[in-house]
Amino acid sequence: MSKEKLSGAELVVRSLEYMNISTIFGLPGGAILPAYDPLYDSPIRHILARHEQGSGHMAEGYAQATGELGVVIATSGPGATNLITPLTNALMDSTPLLAITGQVASEAIGNDAFQEAYTVGLTMAATKHNYLITTAEEIPQVLLEAKHIATTGRPGPVLVDIPKDILNQKVEWIEPKLTEMPGYKPTLEPNPKMISQAAELIKQSKKPILYVGGGIIHSKANQELFELATKFKIPVVTTLMGRGAFPDGNELCFEMPGMHGNYTATTSIQKSDLLIAIGVRFDDRVTANPKFFAQNAKVIHADIDPAEIGKIREPEVPIVGDAKSVITGLIEKLADTDLNTSDWLDELNQMKKEYPLSYDQEEKGPLKVPFVLEELQKLADDDAIVVSGVGQHQMWISQHWNFTSPNTWLNSGGLGTMGYSLPAAIGAKAAYPDRQILALDGDGCFQMTCQELITASTENIPIKIVVFNNGNHGMVRQWQKIFYKNRFSASELTHHTPDYVALAESMGATGLRMIEKSDVKKVFEKMLEIDDKPVLVECIVDPEDMVFPMVPAGGSNDVVILNEDDLKKL
Amino acid sequence: MSERILSVLVEDKPGVLARVASTISRRGFNINSLAVGPTNIEGRSKMTIVTELESVEQVKKQLNKLINVIKIVELDPDNTIESEVLLLKVSINKDTQTSVIEKASLSGAKSVDVGQDYAVFEMTGSSKDLDKLENLLKPFGIIEMIRGGRIAIQTKL
Repeated sequence: MSKEKLSGAELVVRSLEYMNISTIFGLPGGAILPAYDPLYDSPIRHILARHEQGSGHMAEGYAQATGELGVVIATSGPGATNLITPLTNALMDSTPLLAITGQVASEAIGNDAFQEAYTVGLTMAATKHNYLITTAEEIPQVLLEAKHIATTGRPGPVLVDIPKDILNQKVEWIEPKLTEMPGYKPTLEPNPKMISQAAELIKQSKKPILYVGGGIIHSKANQELFELATKFKIPVVTTLMGRGAFPDGNELCFEMPGMHGNYTATTSIQKSDLLIAIGVRFDDRVTANPKFFAQNAKVIHADIDPAEIGKIREPEVPIVGDAKSVITGLIEKLADTDLNTSDWLDELNQMKKEYPLSYDQEEKGPLKVPFVLEELQKLADDDAIVVSGVGQHQMWISQHWNFTSPNTWLNSGGLGTMGYSLPAAIGAKAAYPDRQILALDGDGCFQMTCQELITASTENIPIKIVVFNNGNHGMVRQWQKIFYKNRFSASELTHHTPDYVALAESMGATGLRMIEKSDVKKVFEKMLEIDDKPVLVECIVDPEDMVFPMVPAGGSNDVVILNEDDLKKL
Repeated sequence: MSERILSVLVEDKPGVLARVASTISRRGFNINSLAVGPTNIEGRSKMTIVTELESVEQVKKQLNKLINVIKIVELDPDNTIESEVLLLKVSINKDTQTSVIEKASLSGAKSVDVGQDYAVFEMTGSSKDLDKLENLLKPFGIIEMIRGGRIAIQTKL
């Protein structure tokens, strides 16, 4: 008797089950419709987004919160093109993502058929790899390979495009098996010679800095990092993507460096004689003009992606490998070395005292985002996950929120995708229904993907949303204030439209509002109390407020603008 | 700046050339020549990429990230044999015919088609030799010229 035959669509769903995928995000349409039929009977939870971009960010939020693969499914044409933003976002922030898209029938490909787009071509530069399926038999194998590529090495998005006729083709299930891929062999174990050389540099260093980022979080190397830093008393700065990799509040943590970084973090790099850079990519938001970046420092650069090493800064010691193995190797090699960094730490602590982050919340004045954030953190759970949009509020959160563990800070760092917060928070809540998920967003960002609030309500995903409403594209306004002589071209939204409370209520969520200092505590208490549906808090804030410190784009990190008066330095 | 030659072994799959080309243009790299063809190994193609970039290390690393790229070797110019093919159609008339054919054949080109008012030559050789032929025939009026892209192989094992 011949084996049971399954359709390509059934193979897709069965493969996802086989890979232990429990939750996927998506939106059906013509070409992908066959795959939605077997999904109806599957234990896999499908969360129906209101826009494909939202579904992509949901899968990203799920992946960033868990460190595991996020899966998104969409139809051909506009379904696929709407995924390009989340795919590029995931590529920039190294988020493991699997996107499955329907395609028009094989024989129609290239004929400009209805809802046809050249998905593989369009997403070539937006993915780590992509596939066009040509026979149903290969579906399980390709999906397994796609997961492997997405989750190993430097993680990233992989897209699998499947023509509709192939979804309907009936074939036997062939159990997939990972075989060697001749062109894909990520280096995980670092070269011991390089580790020795790095250890030697560390031993000679008087002013070392651990400059660490998202790579620590992907590698789950935060404990090893903690050991390395605390055992040898090496100060640490964490990039925007690395917030939480080392606990804020620890005496060795000097927080985020860069454009809107902490003064001490930015300056510590400038004064350092050795950068121990692990899982970072010398992003321009950290380095400003690389010519002036850490001019007195030698550099050890460890990354799992060889292409990052030497891309911006040629290191004295290049190390290709997984952060966890690199750090473990360094700890072993340094063994009982007694690094005397106490003078260096004194210098940094003095700086920290002299140049603290500050804000001025007047008793009767408009609310300031940093104040509101600090009040919220006092009330929120320790393991709450904070999901940000992009812009001023994002910088303020990174500056003022105390991140003490990895995967509790989700944001769009590399691509800077406004609209990320709300859908990504939905993804995180789908992964962790019992944890507080706080989408802290700006009004400009929120308006880009706010229809996903309906997804949150209808799918019973009770996230908490705070919309910092300054009635403006705040960061754009800030730049116009500083660089364009207060000519506020197209940056003004409005404080009053939409009515956020009414909008929230109309979408099945609870809407609350805070305007004054005295509102903050009680409104947040109420927000945190409600757990059976999403809550949105509109927080009206001062549009004149600007984010400092600031190093203008292309400037030197030696010149940090600390406040409005300091702008005269420019 | 001196030329750098990359010999890139790739999986013979649809879209590989597009991926390589996309990576090169996406990163703003310029190339002088790119040639693709099959190898003696089944399922493997070879691309020869000639560039003048100082940042050839970055090109190599970015291309290496492509899943379908198996191996990249930078060829040492001192131990490399290079070859390129050229087809060239040039104007002739009664007065120039003999001289054109003679010049071309002395340069190592083979005449593959000669009509009343044109001649087609084929030549295989180093890029420099092909340049010479082109310059030599330019005064007679080149109607069309196509070059196949440079391929190269290391001489030592």
